[in-house]
Amino acid sequence: MTGEAIAFYVLAAITLAAGAVVATSPNLMHSAVALIPALLGVTGLYVLLNAEFVAGIQVLIYAGGITVLILFVIMLTEGGTGLRIRQRNEQAAIAAAVAAATVALLIAVAGRTPWAHEPGALPSYTPGAIGQSFLGPNLPLFEGTSVVLLVALVGALLIARKETGE
Amino acid sequence: MPWYVEVLRAVAGTIIIFSGVAIVAAMFGVLLERKVSGWIQSRIGPTHVGPRGLLQTVADTIKLLQKEHIVPRNADALIFASAVVLVPLAALLDYVVLPFGTTRWGPLIFRDLNIGVLYFAATSSLIVVGILMAGWGSNNKYALLGGLRSAAQMVSYEIPIGLVLITIALLAGSLSTVTIVTMQAHLWFIVTQPISFLIFLAAATAEVNRTPFDLVEAESELVAGYFSEYTGMRFALFQLGEYAEMFAMAALAVTLFLGGWRGPVLPSVVWFLIKLYALVFVFMWVRWTFPRFRVDQLLNFSWKVLIPLALLNLVGTAYVVMVVQR
Repeated sequence: MTGEAIAFYVLAAITLAAGAVVATSPNLMHSAVALIPALLGVTGLYVLLNAEFVAGIQVLIYAGGITVLILFVIMLTEGGTGLRIRQRNEQAAIAAAVAAATVALLIAVAGRTPWAHEPGALPSYTPGAIGQSFLGPNLPLFEGTSVVLLVALVGALLIARKETGE
Repeated sequence: MPWYVEVLRAVAGTIIIFSGVAIVAAMFGVLLERKVSGWIQSRIGPTHVGPRGLLQTVADTIKLLQKEHIVPRNADALIFASAVVLVPLAALLDYVVLPFGTTRWGPLIFRDLNIGVLYFAATSSLIVVGILMAGWGSNNKYALLGGLRSAAQMVSYEIPIGLVLITIALLAGSLSTVTIVTMQAHLWFIVTQPISFLIFLAAATAEVNRTPFDLVEAESELVAGYFSEYTGMRFALFQLGEYAEMFAMAALAVTLFLGGWRGPVLPSVVWFLIKLYALVFVFMWVRWTFPRFRVDQLLNFSWKVLIPLALLNLVGTAYVVMVVQR
């Protein structure tokens, strides 16, 4: 087995184990903290694929940004901390059936897809190529995303802002 | 190179970074801090252990190693213990992309990643997760308040740092720290980007939670903030993380603005250390001179002063680089 394969299986195991904790832990805080190894495992997979820039962004935005936001919200929410929350209800059997069906579908689709076996050509300097792609062919998508984020920001401000007067 | 050699190299690199940072940054840094504070406050500082008190921090470390680990009864033991690992680890990861000097075989750096400064920003953003975990896991209101303040503060001050990093990357045309140093062969970026340098210094001070931005561990209000409940070596590891991060920030400022290892006559590593300790001295000088900000002043300063200023600076630099110099 090559080092790359070992690294892949180790990273995949870390990601899946942490993901299982996120989904099953009765403690909200533990779930949120377990997101970090899960996201870092995915970062490792990006590094294995030579996508360093995406890996850096993954740590910066997800592990360092989104997780902090989630932890922050949990800590500020009364009742969210320290409680043991029930993770399953009477619909567990139906949910398990749907999940199993989804897994079967995904495996079937993945098995039938003709994957490319040759590695694609990598640009010599990926950050530059990503920037060119954002501001070149994918400019409308990029701008569309930023408008959506701006709308979300303004909307959040409107909801959070206290009405003055009256 | 076979993969197990890579793994061995990584382990050796980790040991070198850890012991180097523990000695140069944490032990010597704490001693320097106490001596500088003593000098500024017209005291002498530590004098008893070793010649002129030089071995004081060594003695302190041995003392801390022997102390008992106390976990508060209602603390979340798992999160309480893992926070201790995360904070110094995230700080130590920064050192992978810092070039300390140059040799005949190339620059003295663990890995010249082509995403260097992005990597630095990413790893240092992980520290706040550790601080939040420590604050929450301690099950102590002072620790929790310290953790929450730290999250608000570090998330706000990451943005001006990120904008400054983008500005410098624009000027150098690369995210690699070695290339950034090479581009300063003729002119240090502090000359062309004085505003960026000041923004970076202010934001870095806030990012490492030092006065005037030390609300996170304001002794007079919060005991010691997020690490109030930690004892012995765990307390020492938080201190190590904090000083490691301060030295990493100073080293990044040297790399981005002060020409990195470049300088005449003296060897490159010596130049790097001179610049590094000069900036560390500025951090200490500021700490023992200024009073503490209030929370609202702190957040206003970032969102209403630093971020607009850094954005304007970025747009101006982009205009000069892309339009005027073409």
